[in-house]
Amino acid sequence: MKAVLEVMDQRHLIELQVLRERIKSIRKSVLDMTASTSAGLHVGASLSCVDVIATLYFMKMRHSPYRPDWADRDRFILSKGHAAPALYAVLAEAGYFPKEELKTIKDLNSRLQGHPDLRTPGVDAPSGSLGQGISIGIGMALAAKRRGSRSRVYVLVGDGECDEGQIWESLMTAAHLKLNNLVLIVDRNGWQLDDRTEEIKRKAPLKGKIESFGWETYLINGHDPEKILDALDLCELADGPAAIIARTMKGKGVQFMEGTNKGHKMRFSNEQYQEALTELEEAS
Amino acid sequence: MRAIFGEALSSLGEANYNLMVLTADVAKPTGVYKFAEAHPSRFFNVGISEQDMIGIASGLALSGSVPVVAVFAPFLMRAWEQVRSTVARANLNVKMVGTHAGLSASDEGGSHQSLEDVALMRVLPNMTVVVPGDRQEIAEATRAIVAMRGPVYMRLGRDESLSFLEGEQVFRIGRAVTVADGSDITVFSNGSMTAEVLAAAESLDIGVKVVHVPTVKPLDSGAIVSAARETGLVACVEEHSVIGGLGSAVAELLSGEYPVPVKRIGVNDTYGESGPQRELLRKHGLVAESIGETLKRIVRGKAA
Ligand SMILES: Cc1ncc(C[n+]2csc(CCOP(=O)(O)OP(=O)(O)O)c2C)c(N)n1
Ligand SMILES: [Mg+2]
Repeated sequence: MKAVLEVMDQRHLIELQVLRERIKSIRKSVLDMTASTSAGLHVGASLSCVDVIATLYFMKMRHSPYRPDWADRDRFILSKGHAAPALYAVLAEAGYFPKEELKTIKDLNSRLQGHPDLRTPGVDAPSGSLGQGISIGIGMALAAKRRGSRSRVYVLVGDGECDEGQIWESLMTAAHLKLNNLVLIVDRNGWQLDDRTEEIKRKAPLKGKIESFGWETYLINGHDPEKILDALDLCELADGPAAIIARTMKGKGVQFMEGTNKGHKMRFSNEQYQEALTELEEAS
Repeated sequence: MRAIFGEALSSLGEANYNLMVLTADVAKPTGVYKFAEAHPSRFFNVGISEQDMIGIASGLALSGSVPVVAVFAPFLMRAWEQVRSTVARANLNVKMVGTHAGLSASDEGGSHQSLEDVALMRVLPNMTVVVPGDRQEIAEATRAIVAMRGPVYMRLGRDESLSFLEGEQVFRIGRAVTVADGSDITVFSNGSMTAEVLAAAESLDIGVKVVHVPTVKPLDSGAIVSAARETGLVACVEEHSVIGGLGSAVAELLSGEYPVPVKRIGVNDTYGESGPQRELLRKHGLVAESIGETLKRIVRGKAA
């Protein structure tokens, strides 16, 4: 028995190592996208949530790039739609479309729109107007239950996005409906568009607020895949909807953006792009 | 455009202590941060809560202040029901400014492009709707909407540089201005589209009368009917859906007052998408070359 557990532990560690490598490659894809378009991208917001999205797609969700419309798949809703580059990079890494296509982001007639759109293979819900993802997730979670499907629904929102009234309407609804197949992840990077979240409108205590609405809530380091995975496992044991507040850094992995709002929407100069790439290569 | 709006608002704040400015986490992109810097005690950034913002503005207006709210046009529409049921219904003195309107949020795609805002606002009783495009006009319109009483929607795009109007005073609420003369067809347009229409008119060998209509509601019916009478043929050009905007307003007016064929040029009942702004305008036939082609076709069609 002990030997079996050790083998499983080892496998887990190897899987996590593979995941970390994939995340690195996804971060690189995000940087490459900034270099391939003359439009600005929400780089900071994308880099703050790639760890969460990648962990979901590669370690947790049941889904298949060969059958993006499989009815019993788990679903992911990027409610903070401006982080679309992160989602596209993960979907390409997972094989939903060629990585080459990432270069077309924001081009006229591209399948990769500025914000998530159903024309992209693998995108489960449209977004771009903040605050709507949890409600859409409730609809999907209800439908899954009705069909007796095991399908689970994951929604990622920004911390600034939590200003929207609809967030709190839907939090109350999901708890009332005891939707134990719905998981919310808050990308708690401390910034919104104009300033720090606590300067614009105080969110703290965010965990207490969400808990008081009837959600089981975990607070974790949102850049550590192992912690993310542990929390996602715990969410499966909840009786109702569960939330993870992922403490993150806007622009994670790129020094000149980390912990600032410079990268909210930006275009990289060639030097900035090279600098970011080097940094990524050197990071362990 | 937004810098001009932001500066105009900020200087208005010097003289008008009742002026309050609100935004929903978009002080920088809308330009109202300028007002915030100059008059911090009369500025409120309520966070990403557009509905809340409209309610707060209503309360301020009911207490004698003149609130100006500024957000991206599509997300102001999230609070449309609050605008309908409270601001417009009670005829409150709230000024609403929607920026990045039309296709001007180009790269962001359909979620951020506002092609229905004029229709949604125009349908509300008591509402005044203005769509300026010239830089001097934007500054004047900002002053004019604050000076008048009652709810106003002002729609702004992204271009800061356009200048196609001349004179000491270029803008008055409810007034349309003729910017080019011709006898074959009249084109009514607003926002930055008037610059495209003027360029199209110059390149054509047909006579195009161009009337800039920065106030969609109330419409300058006198000017519009008399221009329609002069040319007997009308086209409308706007960076908006062909349903419900300036074209519809003109067609509604003329169908009762002086029925002539009205061609509505705009976005044909479809959502926006990502792309460079010029390419998007071209796709929808809203650049000078394509507008010119369409006008030629209409005039020829009538002659045939
Ligand atoms: C309804 C709505 N209002 C405003 C915006 C404009 N907007 C885009 S991103 C953003 C800030 C979001 O902050 P946060 O949710 O914390 O996301 P982060 O970029 O920090 O990940 C705003 C205000 C929008 N997209 N939707
Ligand atoms: Mg944030």
